[in-house]
Amino acid sequence: MMPDLGKYAVAVLGSYAATAALVAALVVLSLWRSAQVRRALAEVEARQAQTAGAPAMAQGGK
Amino acid sequence: MIALLIRDLRLAVRAGGGFGLGLAFFLLVAVLVPLGVGPEGRVLAMIAPGILWVGALLACLLSLDRIFALDFEDGSLDLLATAPIPLEGVVAVKALAHWLVTGLPLTLAAPVLAVLLNLPVSGFGWLVLSLAIGTPALSVIGAFGAALTVGLKRGGLLLSLLVLPLYVPTLIFGAEVVRRGTAGLETGTPLALLAAITLASAALLPFAAAAAIRVNLR
Amino acid sequence: MSSLWEYANPQKFMGLSGRMLPWTAALSSLCLTTGLIWGFFFTPDDFRQGSTVRIIYLHVPAAMMAINAWVMMLVASLVWLIRRHHVSALAAKAAAPVGLIFTLIALVTGALWGQPMWGTWWAWDPRLTSFLILTLFYFGYIALWSAIEDPDTAADLTGVLCIVGSVFAVLSRYAVNFWNQGLHQGASLSLDRQENISDVFWFPLLVCIAGFVLLFVALVLLRTRTEIRARRLSALLARERMG
Repeated sequence: MMPDLGKYAVAVLGSYAATAALVAALVVLSLWRSAQVRRALAEVEARQAQTAGAPAMAQGGK
Repeated sequence: MIALLIRDLRLAVRAGGGFGLGLAFFLLVAVLVPLGVGPEGRVLAMIAPGILWVGALLACLLSLDRIFALDFEDGSLDLLATAPIPLEGVVAVKALAHWLVTGLPLTLAAPVLAVLLNLPVSGFGWLVLSLAIGTPALSVIGAFGAALTVGLKRGGLLLSLLVLPLYVPTLIFGAEVVRRGTAGLETGTPLALLAAITLASAALLPFAAAAAIRVNLR
Repeated sequence: MSSLWEYANPQKFMGLSGRMLPWTAALSSLCLTTGLIWGFFFTPDDFRQGSTVRIIYLHVPAAMMAINAWVMMLVASLVWLIRRHHVSALAAKAAAPVGLIFTLIALVTGALWGQPMWGTWWAWDPRLTSFLILTLFYFGYIALWSAIEDPDTAADLTGVLCIVGSVFAVLSRYAVNFWNQGLHQGASLSLDRQENISDVFWFPLLVCIAGFVLLFVALVLLRTRTEIRARRLSALLARERMG
């Protein structure tokens, strides 16, 4: 199934590998930070709803 | 406004550093490049226009953060912002003062350094002319960058990162004028484009810079 | 209580983006998988370029999106500066690293393509040079965002920088064109892509472009949501400290 890339195999495969690495890094980083912030926000919201119970907290961030 | 200009000039000369530093740096670049590249005259003559322009650009960069930083620290920028003259005018005057203490001396010193770099005599006039037309743009663009970073503690490095990409067109057209002039080619087009950049920057960027200062003073 | 007004718009955005995000992400991976597999396995070699023509499926979409990302940032900055919608400023912030990565992809794949075709990794061709300058603009923009602590100040200043930077980026593009033609005659290394590309390569390329566009949208949505949450988090923490 693998096409014959001939003498240019390094260039073609290198391009695909480099792109995959860069995109994967970006996606993983974005997802990781998203999860991190979401967790921290949920924690603080829960804490504030418990202690203060102020009306402004009830609106939720979703 | 003239009083402000005189005040800025006097401060720049008196405080030391600001005035002579750029020139000394320019001289150092012109000395270091042949030491690095080798003494061959033909090679030096070929790269001289680019080196002199890059050197002038970096020398200009050195003193940019002083345009607003000192006034920001001692609070006189707040006074200037509330003064009857528009903040855009203040920016323009400060850019002009910066040019008078860096751009103008660089322009005048350039032929001397061009001798060190073996630039053919036919290029001297073009070198001075292109620097005289181009360096005001460097000062105005730099004033914009300084306005963006004025509130930051260590804005110096960030300032160069922001300003250097903005210098690209000026550098290209400026060095191109010298290169073509030295080779005896037609220089009208790059010269006109260089002048266009300077005039447009001087006309528009003070507004952007003043907006940035207002944000920073908020 | 200004915060209620401040969050009204972001709330709507969070709802909409929350519903859109899975779809764009799924569609993007579908398009990218289809397009890249199609392009990689089922297209013939180009008679001039051999198998390196397969790089086109990464290079061209990434380069397109690198520029489009900056345009999107420009529009978002203008919306922020004129209408003061916080989501807009945060979307511009979220898009910058995505645009930077796409620019880097375009540069890296270009270098890998250039080596066998032109015999050099890098040439000071107008197109390559302007992309390098675009990278510098992205770096400066991101650095300015991360240097300023107050979020509204940062949004204002980066917005101004984005507008001024756009003008200078366009200017650099023409300056670079002028510079290279003026110096080295005729070293026209860019390929006439649209003109002489045949349908065999064109259709998978279209799918890949769609995939990259959707990937950009999905990533910007995700990152904007993160930025909004981060803003809310810091607002809540500040209120907590106030007591």
